[in-house]
Amino acid sequence: MSLPAPEPQKSAQPVPSRKWPEFLRHIPLVLYSLIIITPLSLVFFATFKDLSQLYTNPLGLPRSWDLANYTRLFQNENMVVYFKNSMIVTFTSVFFILFFGSMISYAIIRMPKWTGAILFSFITLGMMIPTQVNMIPTYVFFAKLDLLNKHLGLIIVTVATLLPICVFILTGFMKTLPKGLIEAAMIDGASHWKIYTRLVLPLSGPALATAAIFCFVIAWNDLLYPLLFIKSAELKTLPLALLQFQGEYLTDYPMIFSGVVVASIPMVIIYTFLQKYFIAGMTAGSMKG
Amino acid sequence: MRKYWPLSFFILPGLLMYVIFFVFPAISALGLSLTDWNGITPERNFVGLANYKEMLTNDPIFAQTFGNNIKYMLFVVFFQTLFSLIFAMMLVKNSRMNVFYRALFFLPTIIASISVAFIWIFVYDPSIGSLNTFLTKLKLDFLIQSWLGDKNIAIYSIAVVQCWAHIGQVMVIFIAGLQSIPKSLYEVARIEGATPWQTFRHVTWPLLAPSATIVVAYTTLQSFKAFDLILAMTDGGPSYATEILSLFLYHQAFNNYKFGYASATAVIFMLIVASITLLQFRILRANKVSY
Repeated sequence: MSLPAPEPQKSAQPVPSRKWPEFLRHIPLVLYSLIIITPLSLVFFATFKDLSQLYTNPLGLPRSWDLANYTRLFQNENMVVYFKNSMIVTFTSVFFILFFGSMISYAIIRMPKWTGAILFSFITLGMMIPTQVNMIPTYVFFAKLDLLNKHLGLIIVTVATLLPICVFILTGFMKTLPKGLIEAAMIDGASHWKIYTRLVLPLSGPALATAAIFCFVIAWNDLLYPLLFIKSAELKTLPLALLQFQGEYLTDYPMIFSGVVVASIPMVIIYTFLQKYFIAGMTAGSMKG
Repeated sequence: MRKYWPLSFFILPGLLMYVIFFVFPAISALGLSLTDWNGITPERNFVGLANYKEMLTNDPIFAQTFGNNIKYMLFVVFFQTLFSLIFAMMLVKNSRMNVFYRALFFLPTIIASISVAFIWIFVYDPSIGSLNTFLTKLKLDFLIQSWLGDKNIAIYSIAVVQCWAHIGQVMVIFIAGLQSIPKSLYEVARIEGATPWQTFRHVTWPLLAPSATIVVAYTTLQSFKAFDLILAMTDGGPSYATEILSLFLYHQAFNNYKFGYASATAVIFMLIVASITLLQFRILRANKVSY
């Protein structure tokens, strides 16, 4: 047996590595990188062109880094207000999702096993229902309660729809916390509230961050419920404002794209700094079973 | 038992929110679907299963919509899974360069789908669209299409965008799955002289089944939900070629004021999604291997 010298404990290699595939590997990767980057940069460049320049030169670099489109955007549109609305709705929703979600998760891990399992299944069943299925009855119900065209309505519906995923992520994590620690606190006579706030919550930091990021991205980018609920211009969130740019500016692409850039930049910046958490969070959201 | 009752205080706020504002509306769709309500006037009549009958036997647009949904789903599930698996296998090692590629491929996932829609409207624009301009420059004029205007290809043009936006996200799920496969199995395969394809077929693939289950189920669900993207890109046009169920029920309710009818669509939509998801879990679970 003439085996190549074994290299113990190297990282996973699904395909035995040889020298040339290692180089060839980069060809599809670079190609796909270009497919990701090109549309994004074309849109970014377009925001520095006027319409005629865009028509004569859709692909090239802009003639100058002229901010005229952005100036026009902020003059014509209440971007600051939309931004503020998005912040209010998103942050309030995420706060309550985490608060309610973590309390339920805590109860699930402390309850008798079967009761906890039933509650867990009942709540996470909500992950199976696409929000689009729910849009009509939700609209009708919220109209009845006079919650349409209010940020409160938007926050309530966001919390209710994202709670299942939050419970799913947090329960999964809290189950792995050392049981002995919680029992010791119980024996010391600590109340549930004390154990929850002083012990379980601080220990669940990573899972809370994961759930927070997942819910943040979904809530920030949500279009459906603002579209259904919000009628007044001063209450619009960014995605809804963007959608309505389409009707307003038609093919005035530079203007629409300036809106796209302004709406996306904060997310992209946060992403570059916290990508590890984003990737973990957005993946946890799709992990089931 | 006594020590458990304070827990109800932990459960109630969230549970009430969920039951009142999520579960209750979902169930009330059933009731609405049995009426002819227009969504505005208080008048609503019980019509039994008439909406369902109308939809399933006498609505060519519903049938077309359903077909579009299936086309869209098959395209997205196939290509998104294939490409994300290939990239995951290429990027499984945690090297610096790989982490960079992963982060880049993942980037579109965090951009709002409404923004993604605008970006690709520009790419597909028939006159100044970068895709057609690009094809002209490459002397590939014969490939030039009216990407969103041609009713035979529009749905696939949008499906490509959906893949673009989510390949990176799905890839990360596969990477997690691949990294959990014991390295010793690859050692054995190598010692036994297995070809890369054999290694993939007999080691990677069976052990990847749990991740594949997740990916396929998730992608299917996602493809059914593609509402924002299509709403902004084509709004279901041209001539209903890109209308999918979620958009159909939105149009029925808010453009045509057929709330009862739209609710019936929602119920059917729900049943379809649930049965497809269950079916996939059964098929993929059957292939599951434990070690």
